[in-house]
Amino acid sequence: MRCDGTAAPRTPAGIGVNASIALILVQDGVTNGAIYALLSLALVLVFAVTRVIFIPQGEFVAYGALSMAAVTAGFLPPTMWLVVTLGIAVALVDSVAALREGAAARLPMIILKNAVLPVLALLAVRYLPLKTLAYPLQIAVALLFVVPLGPQIYRLAFQPVAEATVLLLLIVSVAVHFVLLGLGLYFFGAEGGRTPAFTDGGFNLGASYIQFQTLWIVGIAAVLIAGLALFFEHSIYGKALRATAINRTGARLMGISADLAGKLCFTLAALVGAFSGILIAPITTIYYDTGFLIGLKGFVGAIVGGLASYPLAAAGAILVGLLESYSSFYASAYKEVIVFTLIIPVLLWRSLTTHQVDDEEH
Amino acid sequence: MKPLILETQDLCVAYGRVEAIHKVSIRIREGEIVTVIGPNGAGKTTLLSALMGLLPARGDIRYQGQLSSGSTAVDKLVGKGLVLVPEKRELFGSMSVADNLLLGAFARHRRGLRDHAKTMDEVFAIFPRLAERRTQEAGTLSGGERQMLAMGRALMAKPTLLMLDEPSLGLAPLIVREIFRIVQQLKAMGVSILLVEQNARAALQVADYGYVLENGSVALENDARSLLDDPRVIESYLGLGGSHSIAA
Ligand SMILES: Nc1ncnc2c1ncn2[C@@H]1O[C@H](COP(=O)(O)OP(=O)(O)OP(=O)(O)O)[C@@H](O)[C@H]1O
Ligand SMILES: [Mg+2]
Repeated sequence: MRCDGTAAPRTPAGIGVNASIALILVQDGVTNGAIYALLSLALVLVFAVTRVIFIPQGEFVAYGALSMAAVTAGFLPPTMWLVVTLGIAVALVDSVAALREGAAARLPMIILKNAVLPVLALLAVRYLPLKTLAYPLQIAVALLFVVPLGPQIYRLAFQPVAEATVLLLLIVSVAVHFVLLGLGLYFFGAEGGRTPAFTDGGFNLGASYIQFQTLWIVGIAAVLIAGLALFFEHSIYGKALRATAINRTGARLMGISADLAGKLCFTLAALVGAFSGILIAPITTIYYDTGFLIGLKGFVGAIVGGLASYPLAAAGAILVGLLESYSSFYASAYKEVIVFTLIIPVLLWRSLTTHQVDDEEH
Repeated sequence: MKPLILETQDLCVAYGRVEAIHKVSIRIREGEIVTVIGPNGAGKTTLLSALMGLLPARGDIRYQGQLSSGSTAVDKLVGKGLVLVPEKRELFGSMSVADNLLLGAFARHRRGLRDHAKTMDEVFAIFPRLAERRTQEAGTLSGGERQMLAMGRALMAKPTLLMLDEPSLGLAPLIVREIFRIVQQLKAMGVSILLVEQNARAALQVADYGYVLENGSVALENDARSLLDDPRVIESYLGLGGSHSIAA
């Protein structure tokens, strides 16, 4: 089953599942599961470091996919105006903060980084022959005007209330989700977008046909996950993010600022979201509001991991993908119900087996 | 006289409407060990938290001559060499000893100073026990080892002024002696130290200057040597079964 619920492989009623249908279902399940796994990792990261339940994750999927659709059609991604506008807003807010601190010397850098850079990027990309650009470059252009929204949104919406309760952060998160949804409709319109496959065609494996794009999706998702793991295990910034998640006060005392950690993980979440969108855009039509459901399924995976464990979240996400493809085959009308009902036994199991631990109290 | 490194003027800190620190003025000169002693709940930890920028405060805080007024971001102060070893240690429990130490150098790394391998060797020379345990998770260390790691992690930042909140808390006498020996060693290396302690005798023996904090205010201050001989201090803090109060 594809992420948007279309193109389900249907068979006449009453025919049992033979091996080839099972293979198709597994292929679909794993493909979508890989995307959900990516998203669930980003959700766990954002929650562990900033305590924000990142509802707008799905909008980044849609923005990524639709920007890619624009670029492959030869247009500039319309989100670039949002990046420029928010960049100017961030420059203003940061400048006021710097002046209050009496650090006027930082103003030129603040303005250059936040306001001038996006405009320069826009001017540079404007004259590129987008439609005939190599595919990886088209991806880069699409990402260039979606990913910066992550840190910008953190700076404007979440940083001012970073010390607030989880509930308040959730409310802000929901608000940001609706704003991005509305802007998505404004930028991309109501009609969906699709992009050409990374590689056209596919091959036969036994009785079933495997598209090259599904291999790309699973392969790139695996590479991204491995890349994130390397980042967290081996780079000092990755370790700083983990440290912030483990002990916020301890991290502050090491000079790891909460602002920096927040911006960094929102950047990663935006990158993961937008890239996921670009990966699935060739196999499914993405609308401005498609991202929400995809994001929610990543969220179910994250819940399986208790919003804390990366491997469990990834495994949960694959499980969601498989459950989705099988339930869409057997009971397609109830597909979403079945997937989201998975939360209930998981929550029950978690509440019975885990006890409350508060790292900050040690 | 050596230049001041940290100075507060009429510092007040409140939790909600309850004032925990009232008009505290202290001074620390370069290369000195200054100690703050006082009974439980006197406000020692609160004072250090305010100096570090963890709590909002009224009154002036001047670090290296610059006014920081209690609202300056913690990471800015860490970047300038003001480092706190907190009472609760705040280690990264599920990370290795080596990673905890590495993160101690985060502020330096951000400023482009990438000499953490060398600094870590220096820390291992001071705390050989940490070198033996470098791959062990911080959360599984013994109490004494945790304290060594907290201090080692702070040293990774190459502090100009190191603030220690009860470094001897809950440790065996042998390790306590070791900790105080290291404090003196750090002073010899040119690090200024603000030492908060319940163990008043040991603290005053290594310190140059001391403050007695009671109920959020400075009840007494003097050279450490003079405080050791002061009958009021002897009765309240150094004798057996002292009353732990000078003002009363
Ligand atoms: N977060 C807080 N909220 C409210 N009151 C607090 C808080 N933290 C400390 N206090 C109060 O402020 C006063 C000073 O506490 P502080 O921890 O600074 O004392 P201390 O001198 O460090 O004591 P100890 O030697 O036991 O560590 C105490 O009365 C304490 O109850
Ligand atoms: Mg204390």
